[in-house]
Amino acid sequence: MTSNQLVFLMLAGLAALAAVGVVAFPSPVRSAISLVINFFILAFVYFTLGAQMLGITQILVYTGAIMVLFLFVIMLLNLGAPDAKAKVSGWQTAVAVALGFGLFGIVAGQVILPLSSFTQPRSAIDYGSPQAIGQTLFTGYVWPFEITSVLLLVGIVGSILLAKRRI
Amino acid sequence: MTPRELYTSPRGGEKSWVGNAFLFRNVEGQVRRRGGSQRVQSRGRMEFLQSLHPAVLALIRVLLLVLPLLMLVPGLIWWERRLLSWMQDRIGPNRTGTITLKSGKRIGTFGLLQPIADGVKLFFKEDITPKSVDRVIYFIAPGLALFPAFALGGTLPWGPPTGLWGLLTPVANIDIGILYVLAISSLGVYGVVLAGYASNNKYSLIGGLRSSAQLISYELAMGVSLACVVMATGSLRMTDMVFEQQKALWGVVPWIQNWFIFTPFGFVSFVIFLICMIAETNRAPFDLPEAENEIIAGYHTEYSSMKFAVFFMGEYASMFVFGGIISTVFLGGYNLMPINWAILAQDLPAAAGLFNFLDQANYTLAPLGFLLKCVMGISFYIWLRATLPRLRYDQLMALGWKVLLPCAVANFIVVAIWIMATSLYGVLGGLIAGGIAFLICGVLYLNVMAATRGQRSSLEKRTLVLTDGIGTDQRNQVELVETR
Repeated sequence: MTSNQLVFLMLAGLAALAAVGVVAFPSPVRSAISLVINFFILAFVYFTLGAQMLGITQILVYTGAIMVLFLFVIMLLNLGAPDAKAKVSGWQTAVAVALGFGLFGIVAGQVILPLSSFTQPRSAIDYGSPQAIGQTLFTGYVWPFEITSVLLLVGIVGSILLAKRRI
Repeated sequence: MTPRELYTSPRGGEKSWVGNAFLFRNVEGQVRRRGGSQRVQSRGRMEFLQSLHPAVLALIRVLLLVLPLLMLVPGLIWWERRLLSWMQDRIGPNRTGTITLKSGKRIGTFGLLQPIADGVKLFFKEDITPKSVDRVIYFIAPGLALFPAFALGGTLPWGPPTGLWGLLTPVANIDIGILYVLAISSLGVYGVVLAGYASNNKYSLIGGLRSSAQLISYELAMGVSLACVVMATGSLRMTDMVFEQQKALWGVVPWIQNWFIFTPFGFVSFVIFLICMIAETNRAPFDLPEAENEIIAGYHTEYSSMKFAVFFMGEYASMFVFGGIISTVFLGGYNLMPINWAILAQDLPAAAGLFNFLDQANYTLAPLGFLLKCVMGISFYIWLRATLPRLRYDQLMALGWKVLLPCAVANFIVVAIWIMATSLYGVLGGLIAGGIAFLICGVLYLNVMAATRGQRSSLEKRTLVLTDGIGTDQRNQVELVETR
């Protein structure tokens, strides 16, 4: 096992643990914190793959903005542990666990075997640099980029319209 | 052994850098200039550092950032208390460590030992953990508040990029330097929010909520104001930003450095960033999360002893580092004065010796200059705290969303048009286009402000129709008139 693989396994294992925590914790705040940890560790996985820009955007947008809003809403509503968990019967849990492991097995079978021979990222050094991403975004993908921005604008206008009738 | 060999030997590193540099200059009989291939250095030290494993060198860089920060925090607390008292016409803490002799003579330390006394007191206080707290989150929250404050400085160049300082600063000279700063500073909210939640106290919760709302609101304007500087630099790298600021002022005056605060767009960005930075660190006049007259102590109401001290430390460390960030981005980084000494020496040969000496001093004492700027930043924080009353919550939101964000976006558009026009029509065309864009944005902004102000003075009417289901004629119409 190379050091690259070791670092990857550590990061990926932590991210996977945090992802399990999102589902397993009954308290919504702890779930949200697990999701924060998951996003944060994923950013480090991106860093190790040479995608600096993607990683920092992951921290900036997901960890720093979206999850803060999640926590804000959870705290604003002051949600406790839900009672719904008690209603789930034994066989439902068993089926859910079986299906979950089945899905995991299918995905893992497709991913692990073909990728296990690679020990280090194969992309160029500046593959994920801001310059490279900017070049690609504003030349090859300029139309999708602009249309996405219009979509976001529509979303903003719509939410303002819903929230405040008299502007 | 020639002098040169003496100083290239590993032992030579013991000498001071100034001494080495001057000796080299004499030996080689020429004066090296900024922008030249290589700076005159204490070779021994550099060779030793270069021979280290990169990981060890990185560790040294981290320690050089974190340890001074840790050691400076008590000094900063002393400085805040003393400066605040002077501004309020008090004396402030000056008794600790004072020895009174039999003759009545006092030997004092200006209260410099006060932070140590405070630290000892905090350390030995009873550590109370309330019964109803969410224990895990309650214990990790102070750590989460401290982490971003220390990680924030990771991309700050506190010394020139060449020679010895280049090896020691910044911790990581990455492509995404300024984005890293934004990302880590946005993590600062977690400590506060989770502390507020975990305390299981309504005042703590309100403090945490206020903090998260405040940070989300001010982060946007902060990001956009930094984006202007990024566009002007053409890079996200912090060292590139400092390098850009060492060029000629407005592209015309070569002796003076083009610090971004001297340019019109940079000045607007600077003011916006300054306000957002204060809001981001939860300091007066934006300290609503810990407003003591409304919500006791806000998010750290339930924290005592060392856990409270950790929050305190995080706040001061992040203030200090933000002072460093604003110095790097707008105030020329580690350059103490906005003057290109080397070029001045070339153009004014009569005083070349003096200017070259100052150039060398500017290089050698760069970290000290940077430290001075950080301290100036923190002094500004204290000055504001002594001057301004706390904002009301609606004023806070109005300032963030209605003033800072539109100004920042307008500035962004003006800079974009200026850069585009400069590349298309040359310098003059760029200036004219930028000026026109500035005027249009200003007129638009004033119009929008006037429109909303006119609306605010009118009464907002809402009609609420209550039907009890019997018939349409039995409606009760309640008209609510809200006055603002």
